[in-house]
Amino acid sequence: MSSVAREWREIPGRYNLKGTKCANCGRIFFPARTFCPDCRRASIGKIEEYQVCRTGKVFSYSVIHEAPDCNNLLKPYAVAMVKTDDGVMIEGQLVDVDLAKIEIGMPVRAVLRKLDADGAAGVIHYGYKFVPM
Amino acid sequence: MEVGIVSYGAYVPRYRIKPEEIGRIWGVDGKAMGKGLYINQKSVPSPDEDVVTIATEAARYMMARVPSVDPKDIGAIYVGSESHPYAVKPTATIVAEAIEATPAMTAADMEFACKAGTAGIQACMGLVGSGMVRYGVAIGSDTSQGAPGDALEYSASAGGAAYLIGTENIIAKINRTLSFTTDTPDFWRREGQPYPLHGGRFTGEPAYFRHITSAAKMMMEAMGTTPEDYMYAVFHQPNGKFPTRVAAQLGFQPEQIETGLLTPEIGNTYSGAVPLGLANVLDHAEAGDRIFVTSYGSGAGSDAFDITVTDAIKDYKRDNAPVLEKIMQDPIYLDYGTYAKYKGKIVMSE
Repeated sequence: MSSVAREWREIPGRYNLKGTKCANCGRIFFPARTFCPDCRRASIGKIEEYQVCRTGKVFSYSVIHEAPDCNNLLKPYAVAMVKTDDGVMIEGQLVDVDLAKIEIGMPVRAVLRKLDADGAAGVIHYGYKFVPM
Repeated sequence: MEVGIVSYGAYVPRYRIKPEEIGRIWGVDGKAMGKGLYINQKSVPSPDEDVVTIATEAARYMMARVPSVDPKDIGAIYVGSESHPYAVKPTATIVAEAIEATPAMTAADMEFACKAGTAGIQACMGLVGSGMVRYGVAIGSDTSQGAPGDALEYSASAGGAAYLIGTENIIAKINRTLSFTTDTPDFWRREGQPYPLHGGRFTGEPAYFRHITSAAKMMMEAMGTTPEDYMYAVFHQPNGKFPTRVAAQLGFQPEQIETGLLTPEIGNTYSGAVPLGLANVLDHAEAGDRIFVTSYGSGAGSDAFDITVTDAIKDYKRDNAPVLEKIMQDPIYLDYGTYAKYKGKIVMSE
């Protein structure tokens, strides 16, 4: 069973694509970071919340045939690198799509879906996946 | 004070199965079954969709149409469903987080068979009308269950719609709401049971028809109206047949219920059914149109609403989210095996 507290901390990013931005150099982080590896101590106190855009385009993708248990019912399925309209690269599952029709450059948007559950009695984890627009 | 709908959003999963395909497995003439129920196909949720994700999608579309509304001004969120993913742990808090309405708000899940969504609208009207909250959100969302081979399997589907209730910039004024409620056990699901049971023909006359006609007549009497006063009417739609018959009994014409009748194409979305039917009407409605709505929930009760579309619909940003016609386009059809897998009807090893 995963840590409920750890999963709970991930909610802003997973539900709403909340990242962070270094006000010192402008670099965007998703998932969120509390420290900028470029600016180092100069970034302290200058990391702001950043709302990543929910729409974007498929930058690259791969079709997964050997799935982890959480995705057994969905295989084969696609995982895509999506470049959001504000230029952030995010990896996520691409669902509700005909695998033969996925193309690089295809417009997609982030939706909330079930990612996994800790068995039949445990907590359900929700987060973003992408669907065609 | 005028209370009404400030915005709305709807969502239906992309997958479908036809009655012929279900009947093929169970040795039944599925086509005849579909014809009898007036259901051509029903929606099926993907394995990664549930009441939470459907409610969230509808709520996000609802908010996209009112960019000037700050989600922090939402004071209450109620999600009505009979298929909440948790027995204990609210769906509503997850939806609230996903539209960034938390934390200064109240939230709860509702359950009243197929009318939990409209019960949520009534609760929000009370909170908004009394000034306790600025906006309330009521959602009807379901991934309903039908036992394999049972008549319900041909209709039980998935979908939902969300309503932002308030007093400012209302696109549809709710002139009045009232309910007709009794203890009538026509359909139920006991705690821990995977599928509901029903009383067969008992779900008809003493249940669906009595409650809907009683609430509808009470409403028309209270408002001094007749069916001719309404442009549209939406009735609960467990299948296509019941709402068509109840509309005729009450004196409504087929063209009045056509727009709000989605069950023939998506099945019975339970708590989502009337909210989705009303959403499709609002997708088409113009200022001044009057809408008659009556939901039904087994167990049993009906909520009736008399609604008038206002001039604010002209400036409403309906195009900021897809209308139902667009959402229902381009479905993916499933065979029964895939449907059974998607609905979790196949026992898997842990």
